[in-house]
Amino acid sequence: MEKLLKIDRRIIFIFVALAVTIPLLFRFKMSVPPTRHVISMYDKIDSLSKGSHVLISFDYDPSSKEELQPMARALLHHCFMKDIKVIGLTLYPAGTGLAEKAITEIGDEYGKRSGIDYVFLGFKAGSSLVILNMGEDIYTAFQKDFYGKKTVGMQALKGVSSLRDIDYAVNLTAGGIYEAWIVYGREKYNFDLGVGCTAVMGPEMYPFIQSKQLTGFLGGLKGAAEYETLVGHKDRAAAGMAPQSVVHVLVVCFILFGNFIYFATGRKK
Amino acid sequence: MIKKTDISITTWILIAFGIINILLLATGKLDFNAKGIGIITAVAITLAMYSFLYKDNPVFKIAENLFVGVAMGYSLIIIWYNILKPDVFEALIVPMFKDMEIGPQYSVIVPTILGLFMFLRFSTKLSWLSRWSFAFIVGMGSGIAIPNFINAILLRQLEPMFAPIYTGSFWGTVNTLLVLVGVVSVLFYFFFSLEHKGTIGGVSVIGVWFLMIAFGASFGYTVMARMSLLIGRMQFLLKDWLGIIQ
Repeated sequence: MEKLLKIDRRIIFIFVALAVTIPLLFRFKMSVPPTRHVISMYDKIDSLSKGSHVLISFDYDPSSKEELQPMARALLHHCFMKDIKVIGLTLYPAGTGLAEKAITEIGDEYGKRSGIDYVFLGFKAGSSLVILNMGEDIYTAFQKDFYGKKTVGMQALKGVSSLRDIDYAVNLTAGGIYEAWIVYGREKYNFDLGVGCTAVMGPEMYPFIQSKQLTGFLGGLKGAAEYETLVGHKDRAAAGMAPQSVVHVLVVCFILFGNFIYFATGRKK
Repeated sequence: MIKKTDISITTWILIAFGIINILLLATGKLDFNAKGIGIITAVAITLAMYSFLYKDNPVFKIAENLFVGVAMGYSLIIIWYNILKPDVFEALIVPMFKDMEIGPQYSVIVPTILGLFMFLRFSTKLSWLSRWSFAFIVGMGSGIAIPNFINAILLRQLEPMFAPIYTGSFWGTVNTLLVLVGVVSVLFYFFFSLEHKGTIGGVSVIGVWFLMIAFGASFGYTVMARMSLLIGRMQFLLKDWLGIIQ
């Protein structure tokens, strides 16, 4: 029995790999019931009228792409479906490519044009200072968009002069930038803010939801899958829920098994 | 020291990888263009990174260093095209030598010089100048952060604590009570001026339980996050590369 406590970690890796691969190969349907905080983000965007402005800050890089890119895509589907104008930007230099890909690909699906139906402002260094600058005047913060077109007079920004004119902002984040968006954005310029974050950061969001500083929250791949379900556009996140559930059961089994063996061998000091 | 068996395992894996890709390209499942080559490169790097799960190896090291180099190069290009070129080069330098609609923006000079001072950290004689830049950053950062954080994080977070315990519904009241007990007991746990004995000891034990539950929730979310990354990579391998799943 002692040998089981010293099991080669590579055997566990094989189990985990199988738990992920098998459900992906033999897809079984799993319902993804949306939770309260995901529904409130969906409802907020759904309540916006045609031509409203939603700002999406794509603050992540390829290391968290698997969780946050499906969120970005689902949100963009919802916005473009409702003819909402999207203002995209990133405060992560390595997030530029991912953000641009998401916004142009989904935009093309709905026949949306850059500068008219959406604008991608690109990357700007200085996170909190950029937010403050946008809060005062969006055109001085970003004089040109990602493609070098002047932002002044751009149709996609019509009616927007600062963050105060944004109807809803979503921060897709893999780091602490969400705090800057709350502190320097939402609290200072008084707009509704939602956050989509990696699952690791999920527990950090609940105090802000309780204090009503956040309107909606998407946590990890599950949050993305729930949003995909609500939008009616099930994609990679929803497909990932079956392996996610199987692998969670496996992890629970491993924890129970490890504890059982530990206690059965007499809790060696 | 690399063992002979490790070299043969690596060789066989590389041969298998090559054959699979030739088959995918030959059957048209992968296009022989930038996209197809990009997918093959991404697959090779993904597999190289996962090879660490078997054990540390040179293939993993190559991929790791490649990532650092590519990420740095990519960031430099983005910074040049998104910041330095539009905000410094085109705003200040170009209009100095060329007739433009808008003249040179001299206000850019001070931040540019302060930015350049940062690089003087590498000089033994002039590194003191970099302290000006740091002093500016620390001073301005503190000035902006302190009042805003006190308002948005501390005071706004305290507001729910002063809400009435009875919220109108049974479960809402239970939640409010839990928040109250949790905050008070955890604060007691971190109160070190009195010995944790008697009532204080009892309350701080409740605080420990709240902390443990919070750590457990955090660990659960972390497991979910890590598995999501694996699922994403497996979807990429099975869907985008091999085309086995839809």
